[in-house]
Amino acid sequence: MNPLLPHPAEIVEKHSFGPDIHAYRMVLRDPAARPLFDFRPGQFNMVYVPGVGEVAISISSDPEEETLEHTIRIVGRTTRVIAEKGVGDVLGLRGPYGNGWPLENARFKDLLIVTGGLGCAPVSGAIDYVFRRRANYGHVTILHGVKKAADLIHRERFEIWRREPDTTVMLTSDQPDRAWKDRTGVVTELFEEVAFDPIRTQVLMCGPEVMMRYASHILEQRGLSRERMFVSIERNMRCAVGLCGHCQLGPEFVCKDGPIFRLSELDRFFRTGHL
Amino acid sequence: MPRSPSDGDEANRISASRFLARPRLQELIDALRGRGYRVIAPVPRDGAVVYAEVESADALPRGLRESQAPGRYRLEAATGDRVFDVVNGPGALKPFFFAPRETLLQVRTDAAGFEASETLPETPPTAFLGVRACDLAALGVQDRIFRRGRFPDAWYEARRRDVLVVAVNCVRSAATCFCTSFGTGPEAREGHDLVLTEQEDGFVARSGTPAGAEVLDGLSLPPAGAERVEAEHGALVACAEGMERGIDTEGFPELLYARLEHPRWAETGERCLSCGNCTAVCPTCFCHDESDEPALDGSGAVRVREWDSCFDRDHAQVHGLNFRPHIAHRYRQWLVHKLGAWIDQFGESGCVGCGRCITWCPVGIDITEEVAALRTEAP
Ligand SMILES: Cc1cc2nc3c(=O)[nH]c(=O)nc-3n(C[C@H](O)[C@H](O)[C@H](O)COP(=O)(O)OP(=O)(O)OC[C@H]3O[C@@H](n4cnc5c(N)ncnc54)[C@H](O)[C@@H]3O)c2cc1C
Ligand code: SF4
Ligand code: SF4
Ligand code: FES
Repeated sequence: MNPLLPHPAEIVEKHSFGPDIHAYRMVLRDPAARPLFDFRPGQFNMVYVPGVGEVAISISSDPEEETLEHTIRIVGRTTRVIAEKGVGDVLGLRGPYGNGWPLENARFKDLLIVTGGLGCAPVSGAIDYVFRRRANYGHVTILHGVKKAADLIHRERFEIWRREPDTTVMLTSDQPDRAWKDRTGVVTELFEEVAFDPIRTQVLMCGPEVMMRYASHILEQRGLSRERMFVSIERNMRCAVGLCGHCQLGPEFVCKDGPIFRLSELDRFFRTGHL
Repeated sequence: MPRSPSDGDEANRISASRFLARPRLQELIDALRGRGYRVIAPVPRDGAVVYAEVESADALPRGLRESQAPGRYRLEAATGDRVFDVVNGPGALKPFFFAPRETLLQVRTDAAGFEASETLPETPPTAFLGVRACDLAALGVQDRIFRRGRFPDAWYEARRRDVLVVAVNCVRSAATCFCTSFGTGPEAREGHDLVLTEQEDGFVARSGTPAGAEVLDGLSLPPAGAERVEAEHGALVACAEGMERGIDTEGFPELLYARLEHPRWAETGERCLSCGNCTAVCPTCFCHDESDEPALDGSGAVRVREWDSCFDRDHAQVHGLNFRPHIAHRYRQWLVHKLGAWIDQFGESGCVGCGRCITWCPVGIDITEEVAALRTEAP
């Protein structure tokens, strides 16, 4: 089958987290196509709105569930139309694309998850995946930083994760407002407050590249090797099949070689800006 | 050291070579058309040569040659009646396979959802006559991307499937050519069904595939003979050795990666207009956009693919952030991709040395000069 053909999928459930974030649970019109969509956390689908466009969206459901969930932040032309969709509406899906987080080889290791900025959709599905298999992982530390307090979307999720055993969750804001009760400062300042064993720890990072560049630098000084750090890279995506050229970062096509990279492999393409 | 034209097995080359007198070129065109091919060849049009359909050999650029320089292209009258003396024009084979704009999908919508189907082009069998070695190499580069990747492209494949290529070896190069830097020319090496080398009174002709051999045999041509084949060889060596421009690719891609912060990028970024001409004329550039165009009657949409360029301001734009905000970033992306990252991605260079980006750049930015500057370490 042509890889650019979207499969119709019906929205069977919609959860809104504020006006700008909606989670859509979808069922493929053709149940026989479901095995084509078997995925790993961190992989994404192209979500298609007929007559409007296509956007790359991580799969936020668990790989063992039958339905597929996408949690979508409304930012622009295509997502604004998706916002109007509800139960019974049909969107297109093609995928899954990308490589996913290295969670299998992280078994029994401690996880240090560093996220920043507005949307960290590619990592929250992975966190849920880990907590559903809690016994397989060691200590989980989640550090999340936002600029303004209002940028913290989806706070409920952090509160749920905070209640998991053997888990540390810390939130920080650069420009907190009066209601903000968490930390103040940038996310990298939280590193001073957390202890980790550089040998047992695997790092997952997602957020602005400047933040991840700085964070990886500090973590390296703390003895963590770049081999153990994984970053989720964001780039413009049109085709997701390595042909349109939009998602390139140095020699990598983020859509098929990524979006998750071992930092040691990206090396200077990560350190040099504006690539 | 430029690679000299293959002198491989001299005796074989002589026995395989036929002679096609220039007046008989029409017979070759007729033979191709007789086999059901439309014939596409270089023809002069609006002051340049372009690839277009021909029925007659008279349509070819007879007695013309071009002069090229950074930012400059002129067709000029030449003495004699050679038909393949114009090295190239702005267009390569690329648009014939990777269309500048095409419909990918037809999408019908109704209350129950939508239904999408692919709209594959129906292209007649096509024979290309007069394809230069660099353009033939570029076709191989695009084949690697669109035919042999993890996701072969059905639209490209539909156009590419039934094609016959009659290459022409270059006995004259433009001042902007540097194919010897990549070993892609001046002699066609692979991917052609037939190859011609033009001489004073006609062409030395050889086949490269059984399909080409069949066409050649059908013409019942006399042997070219040792003298013509030696003259051919001499002309190809002279053409290779006469090439003025070049790129030293030693150490690529690593050397370019080590120059990502070179001050030259900012300097060239000041000159570059970000017009994207270089990517449009480049026979290997493959960037494109995909977008939906809704039907006016609300019955659905078509999904369209169109060439795009890394010089476009929005190429690296995501919501709220442009990864390459300045022209210097875009020029760096183009050059480092073309000459460096491409090697990591596809196992070969993305440049075949055709020189088009030099000629058609409105401000005359010269990729060979840029590389020379980048090779020297920043002061
Ligand atoms: C691998 C990957 C996973 C993603 N996962 C999610 C997710 O789970 N949830 C979520 O809300 N968002 C996710 N995004 C971001 C999402 O793709 C963009 O927010 C979306 O494309 C914006 O489209 P738009 O038309 O509404 O915005 P506009 O700003 O109007 O964008 C126009 C076009 O630009 C491109 N574009 C713009 N922003 C981005 C971007 N950030 N990434 C890639 N292409 C972009 C798209 O082709 C888009 O159609 C992901 C992006 C990538 C690359
Ligand atoms: S980069 Fe320039 S010289 Fe090289 S193949 Fe493209 S147009 Fe030709
Ligand atoms: S290098 Fe020349 S042709 Fe290419 S974008 Fe810049 S000005 Fe245009
Ligand atoms: S999104 Fe098209 S090449 Fe990666």
